[in-house]
Amino acid sequence: MAKTAPTILGLSCPAPFPAKDTVLLGHGSGGKLSAELVRDIFLPAFDNPALARLDDQAVVQVNGSRIAITTDSFVVKPLFFPGGDIGSLAVHGTVNDLAMGGAQPLFLSVAFIIEEGLSVDVLRRVVESLQRAAASAGVQIVTGDTKVVEKGSGDGLFINTTGIGLLEPDVEMSANRARPGDQVLLSGSIGEHGIAILAQREGLQFESTVESDSASLHTLVASMLNVTRSIRCMRDPTRGGLSSTLNEIAAQSQVGIELDEHSIPVGEEVRGACELLGLDPLYVANEGKLVAIVDPVIAGPVLAAMRGHDLGRQAQIIGTVTASHPGLVTMRTVLGTNRVVDMLAGDQLPRIC
Amino acid sequence: MKYIDEYRDARIARGLAKAIANCARHNWVLMEICGGQTHTIMRYGLDEILPRQIELVHGPGCPVCVTPLETIDRAIALALRPEVILVSYGDMLRVPGSDLDLFRAKARGADVRIVYSPTEAVTIARGNPDRNVVFLAIGFETTAPANAMAAWQARREGLANFSMLVSHVLVPPAIRALLASPENRVQGFIAPGHVCTVMGYQEYEALVRDFALPIVVGGFEPVDLLEAILMLLKQLEEHEARLENQYVRSVSCQGNLPAQRIMQEVFEIADQKWRGIGPIPRSGLRLRSEFAAYDANKVFDLELITADEPAECISAQVLQGLKKPTDCPAFAMRCTPENPLGAPMVSAEGACAAYYHYRRHARAS
Repeated sequence: MAKTAPTILGLSCPAPFPAKDTVLLGHGSGGKLSAELVRDIFLPAFDNPALARLDDQAVVQVNGSRIAITTDSFVVKPLFFPGGDIGSLAVHGTVNDLAMGGAQPLFLSVAFIIEEGLSVDVLRRVVESLQRAAASAGVQIVTGDTKVVEKGSGDGLFINTTGIGLLEPDVEMSANRARPGDQVLLSGSIGEHGIAILAQREGLQFESTVESDSASLHTLVASMLNVTRSIRCMRDPTRGGLSSTLNEIAAQSQVGIELDEHSIPVGEEVRGACELLGLDPLYVANEGKLVAIVDPVIAGPVLAAMRGHDLGRQAQIIGTVTASHPGLVTMRTVLGTNRVVDMLAGDQLPRIC
Repeated sequence: MKYIDEYRDARIARGLAKAIANCARHNWVLMEICGGQTHTIMRYGLDEILPRQIELVHGPGCPVCVTPLETIDRAIALALRPEVILVSYGDMLRVPGSDLDLFRAKARGADVRIVYSPTEAVTIARGNPDRNVVFLAIGFETTAPANAMAAWQARREGLANFSMLVSHVLVPPAIRALLASPENRVQGFIAPGHVCTVMGYQEYEALVRDFALPIVVGGFEPVDLLEAILMLLKQLEEHEARLENQYVRSVSCQGNLPAQRIMQEVFEIADQKWRGIGPIPRSGLRLRSEFAAYDANKVFDLELITADEPAECISAQVLQGLKKPTDCPAFAMRCTPENPLGAPMVSAEGACAAYYHYRRHARAS
């Protein structure tokens, strides 16, 4: 290496790699890369009004009934984690996507993609858990499919569930309905599912008793809809966390959202783990929380209904919808300053130091 | 959370900001070295509560950002070899090399694994005796002891399938290079608290003496940084130049001696290239000859892979505090975290990424 004095100027960084030529893991993160795939590949191919709403579920009319349909695939690793497993998660995830549209979940299909070599005992435990979760949610598994792939072509077990639910005529919720002045309600503390999974992964050694919050939210939704049918929008902040969900709502409704950092509940253990790993809980996944956007006049009664339900005891008003900075989520920090809460490009990566 | 909430207390922070405003009679340019500190400044909007006399510029203390292009290229070349498992800290995977990044190499079938601790890489080597496990050992003095421990452990166990691609950088020579530049504007430094937790702060005495400017070792919470700024300011306004330690709850004068010993046993000081800045003499660490069997550069004959960095973005000036990320015409337009023109936009610790994530609104309005 040269022994000359350092040359300080004129050196620089390399050219970019547009993330468009190859599918990367980040395209499945629920962040900006995922949104690009939907926008550039899927929407142009399948374009229709039900899809174009880009909600967690499609709502279609059949013989005068309003039916909600949704589908979700589960590739969680490990298959069993504190607070749940891939079976219960496959029910909760799909039930919640129906519930976020205000639908009563009725029927599920289940497809198993199994890597050869999986222990039948593991499969049986997953299936039993799946059935327990379905029974407890009051949904029936009415059809299914099984495929086995060669060793190395899967990761033990993948599950897809598709759900069908029924919507009352007067329930109309969508991510494009937020209006300036609306309040942002959150049903409880964030980050538990993501941290519970992370703590189980290889390569990470920290002791944690954090359990996944994985749960079916449709009864919580029902208790909120009992108060009023005019809730504008509900979303469950799964992968990508609270920030991605709120950014989607801000973009689809063309409004700004202003959060108050103080009011966002984060459990001590989740905070501790996030501090340790250099993660921001706003981007960590949840599987049993919901965000609701409601008119300020009814925010109080809806919040009270949430707090009256087991899954909403810690519910909080965490922010306000604004006309300023449409498409952008901002946050008043604990110091009283403001910052942007951006949507991440891909997965959140732990910092080095 | 105990021991953290106190350092994020709004009342204490506002009080310190007020004291800073009362103390500031002249304009001052201060630099925080560490990317973690830059991150805190942006995340908590500290620049919003500081008086206009204080200009904070952001230093080269993001280990991901300053890792040379050719190290990334070598890591990618290794990762693409079928017998290799490349093990890395997570935020290295998105850093662009000349043709690819490690995420894209992974998409092409490379076995790239993320760890949180370097000794995990040794565990992977132990569990995969038929594969060659290479750990991409990067960072400042903060990660050096743990990285050294991985090589030390591998040698003790006689693991023949483990090696490290080392790109370690040292803070004091970088500060010296910045201060020696005729374009330097920095009048006071916040030294990196985590680096000093390992190394102590004696090394910084010579910088204070040679360049007659104050250095304060600072922590990473908002109250830490505001207190460090106030300590610098008091000295500057009184025309003093001393070394002080704000981060007393973590940093001692001697530092962590066992950590320093393992570093010295495994590594030796060497010249080092810094991405965006260039070569700085004696500013890095390399494996000692006793550990040559664990040096991936030698094991795999990687020295043939070299790369020059094209001048596409202004990260050189950003990393030296000569320009702010928002001074760059590409910032948030052509250069975003999804499509980074330079490494400071890639890592969460990079100055450009910190500006982008937390302050895009301020720029738009």
